[in-house]
Amino acid sequence: MSDPTDSEAEAEPQTLPLDAWHRAAGARMVPFAGYLMPIQYEGMGILAEHLWTRASAGLFDVSHMGQLLVSGGQAADALESLLPGDIAGLREGRMRYSLLLAETGGILDDLMVTRRSDGFYVVVNGATKADDIAHIHEHLPEDVTLNHMDEQALLALQGPKAVDALARLVPGVASLTFMTAGAFAIDGVPAWISRSGYTGEDGFEISIPAEAAEQVAALLAAQPEVKPIGLGARDSLRLEAGLPLYGHDLDDATTPVSADLGFALSRRRREQGGFPGHARIMAEIADGPLLKRVGLIVDGRQPVREGAMVVDAEGSEVGRVTSGGFSPSLQRPIAMAYVPLAVAVPDGAVTVMQRGRLFAATVSPMPFVPHNYVRKGAPA
Amino acid sequence: MTLYFTREHEWISVEDGVATVGITDYAQAQLGDIVFVEVPPAGTAVEKGKEAAVVESVKAASDVYAPVSGTVAEANGALEADPSLVNTAPEGEGWFFRLTLADPAELDGLLDEAAYKAFVAGL
Repeated sequence: MSDPTDSEAEAEPQTLPLDAWHRAAGARMVPFAGYLMPIQYEGMGILAEHLWTRASAGLFDVSHMGQLLVSGGQAADALESLLPGDIAGLREGRMRYSLLLAETGGILDDLMVTRRSDGFYVVVNGATKADDIAHIHEHLPEDVTLNHMDEQALLALQGPKAVDALARLVPGVASLTFMTAGAFAIDGVPAWISRSGYTGEDGFEISIPAEAAEQVAALLAAQPEVKPIGLGARDSLRLEAGLPLYGHDLDDATTPVSADLGFALSRRRREQGGFPGHARIMAEIADGPLLKRVGLIVDGRQPVREGAMVVDAEGSEVGRVTSGGFSPSLQRPIAMAYVPLAVAVPDGAVTVMQRGRLFAATVSPMPFVPHNYVRKGAPA
Repeated sequence: MTLYFTREHEWISVEDGVATVGITDYAQAQLGDIVFVEVPPAGTAVEKGKEAAVVESVKAASDVYAPVSGTVAEANGALEADPSLVNTAPEGEGWFFRLTLADPAELDGLLDEAAYKAFVAGL
């Protein structure tokens, strides 16, 4: 997501359950993924919203994302036929990042899967959810049910003080650790809460009935640690955290190996196979991909953006920038790019061309800003 | 001093034959936090309506057009150290460059302050 205002929404954008609430809070609404969404709020702006989230807690409306429930029969096996993750081995309340793969091994979407008592709860990207639902539906055996939970809203509360704000309202929620989830209640509203997010910070994602979204958002935003934060800062936060964004850093021409998402290929699944593109992906693991996703630190102050070319000494395109911007935390431009394997090493030197100008950049380990997750067993 | 505006949200103030160019308060508010400004160095010839500078917000890059033709006499070096001057003082310390006008008659086609305010009110 380099510029949410340029998303090609063909149809009239839909409104989210919190539309009126965002406007009352001073949001500037822009079309994104088929919805009108808050990009930033009056009186803050993207830089301040970003830094507030890193220091305190930001409340994000991510209700555009798809919430699905896959249940019944051999639901785990059915999901494993579409994803490379160890789904069968997930214990209840545990979640995993995974990838919906095409037969070619290309990535159709990235998603989160959680095992619940009533089935597998899957959160997919907003822009791809219609295609995802069609794809999953087509491949499920008859005894497995796919339910699009479009009556649910989704909020994300992210930042080092998110736990303070949420634990005040939801007793027991602090016992969750990173990538675990459970059923809770907030102000009497049933809420499915996971300790996860998309900013690199500690935080929670909170699924609630859409009709209760205003009530819950208002309660969360009333906590002293919390401010509503727009999509603009969500993008700069996830870029600093080194997290790829589908449709930008990932697409169906990209494999998990090229995207440097090898961790999403569970060991048992790599060995046993049985997911789309297994042969190609294993060959890429063995031989190395042609291009690999890396982080770049760009010299100077001018950001390089999505679409800028990575060029060789002759000026020929050898790779591309898939996300780029100015890092509010580091106060310098950073980017994600696909580069040839030979330079996809720490401190590898890369040249980027944007609007006819050349920029020097250095391959940097990601995340650019350290993750701040609360992992099981780690000291509080 | 006379102040003119464009529909592309540049302003130009003319005093003693020297023109100062920047972007309007409306433009900076639309762009949001500005993190980088590229201004043309002194001696650059700019042409009315053509790209003369680049302003980068957190989210996107935007071109800034020359409101009139001329030669850059001075670029605002302060923007290099503090691009946010464009946010805090767009029509003051956040100016972009000064021009020697090629054809002062080009100013006649620009908006005055009242007309620009009316234009923005209709957006």
